[in-house]
Amino acid sequence: MSTKYTNDHEWARQEGELVVVGITDYAQEQLGEVVFVELPDVGRTVSAGEEAAVVESVKAAGEVKAPLAGEVVEINDALADNPEKVNEDPAGEGWFYKLRPEDPSALDALLDDDAYQALLASLA
Amino acid sequence: MNPQTEPATTPLNALHRRLGAKMVPFAGYEMPVSYPAGILAEHRHTREHAALFDVSHMGQIEVRGDETAALLESELPVDLLGLAAGRQKYALLLNDAGGVRDDLMAINRGDHFLLVVNAACKHADLEYLEQRLGDRLRFTLRDDLALVALQGPESASVLESLGASPEVLAAMKFLHVADLRLDGMNCVVSRSGYTGEDGFEISVPANTVLQLAESLLDHPAVEPAGLGARDSLRLEAGLCLYGQDLDTGTSPVEAGLTWAISPARRAGGERPGGFPGAERILAEVSNGADRRLVGLLPQGRAPMRAGTPLADNQGNPLGAITSGGFGPSIDRPLSMGYVAASHAVPGTELSGEVRGRALPVRVVDMPFVPRRYAR
Repeated sequence: MSTKYTNDHEWARQEGELVVVGITDYAQEQLGEVVFVELPDVGRTVSAGEEAAVVESVKAAGEVKAPLAGEVVEINDALADNPEKVNEDPAGEGWFYKLRPEDPSALDALLDDDAYQALLASLA
Repeated sequence: MNPQTEPATTPLNALHRRLGAKMVPFAGYEMPVSYPAGILAEHRHTREHAALFDVSHMGQIEVRGDETAALLESELPVDLLGLAAGRQKYALLLNDAGGVRDDLMAINRGDHFLLVVNAACKHADLEYLEQRLGDRLRFTLRDDLALVALQGPESASVLESLGASPEVLAAMKFLHVADLRLDGMNCVVSRSGYTGEDGFEISVPANTVLQLAESLLDHPAVEPAGLGARDSLRLEAGLCLYGQDLDTGTSPVEAGLTWAISPARRAGGERPGGFPGAERILAEVSNGADRRLVGLLPQGRAPMRAGTPLADNQGNPLGAITSGGFGPSIDRPLSMGYVAASHAVPGTELSGEVRGRALPVRVVDMPFVPRRYAR
């Protein structure tokens, strides 16, 4: 079950017919301590690259784009009371929402781990 | 790199880097926004113990000449003739329209005055003051001096551990200024700050500030804190930030700074007026202003940041937020902003437009967290 990445530092991971979305460790590190996450409404249809969530840290607000098109079927309600999970476990408990992808193969077009590590290396 | 866009550094730049700070450009300087502990922890540590802030980017302008206090009163709407040596006062540098060019601390050092001004304004302030008063007074931007702030309830005991006498510290109240010897160094120390906590601002020669900072950080109660914590601390304390909550387009009365117009300089006082913008400001002191800076508590968890439009419950525009973020000590978002005087009463329910949605926000008294100065 490999994780894919976007150039905007979101991750997307297949889970059965769904795709789980979150922000990367690099993204949370850049943002600083997260104090609020605004998640999309369940049932909303998003297109690839559309702003689907907002993450607010003590420093600033950042938009989180949808890595691929689909319908939002579940959101991580735990972030309402514990937004710090985005910092503590961005790839796990700090997930944002689950999509039913319009085209599951769209995931293949995202960056794989090697490509994302290369992107991070270019930013260092 | 273009040398003109290269940010300046303070004498503590290498120390910040060694401590693992995230550095950001601020007011032409490269400054620490946070250290590895993070903004929330730095904020809380300041409220509970003591934190060290590098504020060497701020301007320290020395003023010398005959009748310095009387001449400075022609620019600043405060009672400087009544300010004793070893005391400091918050003051506003005004323009002819009654707007604020800068906010500053004026310190009576006995044989001269020291003005501590905002980093982003210091060169303009110097030029302006020289133009207005340069034929009578000598102004020197003391960039050979550094400035650090030690803030938090354990600050006095930290200074005591560095050799300050307990008696002198006990006699030193909020806004008092004294020459202290700390860790063998001569320091000009004022009991003041920008966090709402007890604390001190310490001016020392730039070439000794590293030793002082290291000695302060050696104390177990002291941790370094950056601009991020400084901003959330001052916001909770209800203190204006120049350039955000205060600028050339805002008057002192609008900004809730009527207290910074000394009674002696108001209508009916000993030396009424005689400062730039006096006509407007004295009228507003008597009659109030059309808009007011107010404290605002978003009723949800979403922070309302600077620029957020404010409206009444019918959607009529009332003003905008000028500072906003998250308050670690109150564990909720908080803001300040300007609204029409009709809607400035604490308890008034307004809405703030966040990403296209009108979210509830309530006008409240400031400060958000009680100030704990040594009065």
